[in-house]
Amino acid sequence: MEEIKLTKLANCAGCGAKVGAGVLATLLEDLQVHNDPNLLVGFDKSDDASVYKVSEDMALVQTVDFFPPIADDPFTFGAIAATNALSDVYAMGGEPKLALNIMAVPKDMPKEAVHEILKGGYSKVYEAGALITGGHSILDEEPKYGLAVTGFVHPEKLIRNSGTKPGDVLFLTKPLGMGIITTAAKVDMVSKETYDRALELMMTLNKNARDAMVKYDVHACTDVTGFGLLGHASEMATGSDVELHINVDDVDLIDEALQLATIGILPEGMYRNRDFAEKYVDAGDVILAKQDMLYDPQTSGGLLIAVDSKDADAFYEELKTSVPSAQRIGVVNEKKGEFYIYLH
Amino acid sequence: MVDARGLSCPMPVVMVQKEVNANKPSELEVLVDAKVCVENVTRYATSQGYKVEVKEVDGEFSMMLKKA
Repeated sequence: MEEIKLTKLANCAGCGAKVGAGVLATLLEDLQVHNDPNLLVGFDKSDDASVYKVSEDMALVQTVDFFPPIADDPFTFGAIAATNALSDVYAMGGEPKLALNIMAVPKDMPKEAVHEILKGGYSKVYEAGALITGGHSILDEEPKYGLAVTGFVHPEKLIRNSGTKPGDVLFLTKPLGMGIITTAAKVDMVSKETYDRALELMMTLNKNARDAMVKYDVHACTDVTGFGLLGHASEMATGSDVELHINVDDVDLIDEALQLATIGILPEGMYRNRDFAEKYVDAGDVILAKQDMLYDPQTSGGLLIAVDSKDADAFYEELKTSVPSAQRIGVVNEKKGEFYIYLH
Repeated sequence: MVDARGLSCPMPVVMVQKEVNANKPSELEVLVDAKVCVENVTRYATSQGYKVEVKEVDGEFSMMLKKA
């Protein structure tokens, strides 16, 4: 098969291609939104997926996500894009069931590469216990791949990205630094070891984190993707009207990504996230490179979970054996100060 | 001088790093045309002990790096 470097065909990598949260809000402004009593989650709180109650014990979870190549190897790219798309269902506490491929392919892209992207996607959908039931593809100059995913959740066990309460403990399930590492990889500035680890992390389903989370009293959850930890955390904090206090030393920052952040190897998306979320954040005396990492856009990142303090210890123990990096990163307080997020 | 206009990040940082490593200049002018590149080059320069002054003319940026 002809060697093909997929990321060379992409202008922005993975979730870094996401339209900024601030811009998105203006694009959606004034669009008429129809409501329905059974629509449990819609546009209103910038949540991860929409949720519609079908019956007293079943709600439908729907989401769609796709992006340009984040990896050179087509199978890996497909697997990451699928893992990322499935993640939104997990973040709602749901289980994915049906998936449709969404794909854009350049006219001259070798057939084998397209096939490998799909194979990567299928492998993750099947690992998730879901089915691929169809899809849609178009011709485009830049390849893109992702999924529209439908899942199920019990309406009373639905976990939103808002609803965290004072006293809750915050957990994160994957390390940060994917955006920086994939940016550095474009100019061969990252070690193979770190790059391979990042790919592996991005291909790890958030299924285990979800399966652990639903056993405990979880008040809010979101997956950390294009808006970075602080972008997604600020949506959680403003939506819940609370203060999040994050101990930066307890956040798992990939070492090499931190070194790269220090010398300015940062994706454009980091600055977009900063522009959007900075107004909510009191960065205290946290050094700039660490702050930058907290704004770094993640592709297929982990879950940010707010759990009731009575369950925090047991949940932490369970996470330690089930997710790539179990981190107890902070607490939730009553909103008293000027900011929504305080870094310590 | 490093002229990184028309290039997107992280290329400007890579070019400045190459120049700094090769010639260890006490002063270096860097031209870029995106705000993000100004920010990234500033982070790099600061990490290497340079002070940075930025002038903007018609959407292009002239950055002067001086050893502190």
